Amino acid sequence: MIFLLKEDILNYKMKKILSYVPSAIFPAIIFPPIFLDSSGSLDLENNPKILAAIFAILVGYLSKNIIATIFAGLTSYWFLIFVV
Amino acid sequence: MNDRLKTLSRGIIDVSPLMIPVVPFGIIFGIIGMELGLSAYMTFGMSIIIFGGASQIVLLQLFSGGASSLVTITSVGAVNSRHLLYGAVFSEYLSHLKLTWKLILSYVLIDQAFAVSNTYFKKNKNNKFKHYHLLGAGFTCWTVWQISTVLGIVLGSVIPEELGLSFTISLTFLALLINDFRKFKNIVVMLVSGVVATIGYNTIPLQAYIIVAALSALLVATLLTLINLKQK
Repeated sequence: MIFLLKEDILNYKMKKILSYVPSAIFPAIIFPPIFLDSSGSLDLENNPKILAAIFAILVGYLSKNIIATIFAGLTSYWFLIFVV
Repeated sequence: MNDRLKTLSRGIIDVSPLMIPVVPFGIIFGIIGMELGLSAYMTFGMSIIIFGGASQIVLLQLFSGGASSLVTITSVGAVNSRHLLYGAVFSEYLSHLKLTWKLILSYVLIDQAFAVSNTYFKKNKNNKFKHYHLLGAGFTCWTVWQISTVLGIVLGSVIPEELGLSFTISLTFLALLINDFRKFKNIVVMLVSGVVATIGYNTIPLQAYIIVAALSALLVATLLTLINLKQK
């Protein structure tokens, strides 16, 4: 569907707002599984997912590398659940 | 022919590292689909017809939560709407192509292909065959996704749940956002989306938490953009 649109239909303002779409959508998918446990209540204590996610964010911010981010998050998560 | 082939291979090579997290993602999708009682054909069909990881996962989540068709379609549409942005960005490079090309390229265009091809297009504006890059990247994504889905369908209950592969899904999308972590306005938008979704998960009826979160966050984004433009 996407580029049946002509080039200028989306003006500068629309493009600027559309650029926020990933930031607006993805957290809605990311946050609930991390912060809520399987019964839907807030799980803030000893939650390995939160810590692993924070670590992944740090790595992502510094490295700007998608693979490194995912790798960091997964390894820290496994470390936390199997070792700690 | 040689230039076309070179650009095509460039696309395949560029996107390959990003395929690593796609594999567990696809496998999880296949597993969850089967667990929910969908037939193998239905699960595989979703990967072929929709071909969008986030959208497919969201569809499964809402389906299992008992959401109505309206909420499901709207949510999946919301999650997929980022492709509008991708299309808008790419129209600059690809609007001259024939309809068949556009249809094929739109079909295989997903986040990872967009990421690598966007970088390529910006640097190679003069390449007559630059669209082959997207073709290569997109079809690689497509193939990897279909194979992973089938693997998931077949593996079913063999993979232990403790590996927390569903955390991989959250991680993959977190990773796709890293480019926006440095922008203050984006962080604000992300927080609004995440907090509304988390609170809304239990409080908003009809499993509409995704739509509500996304719309709230977009509202904030629009406000921020307008305020910013006024200041300039």
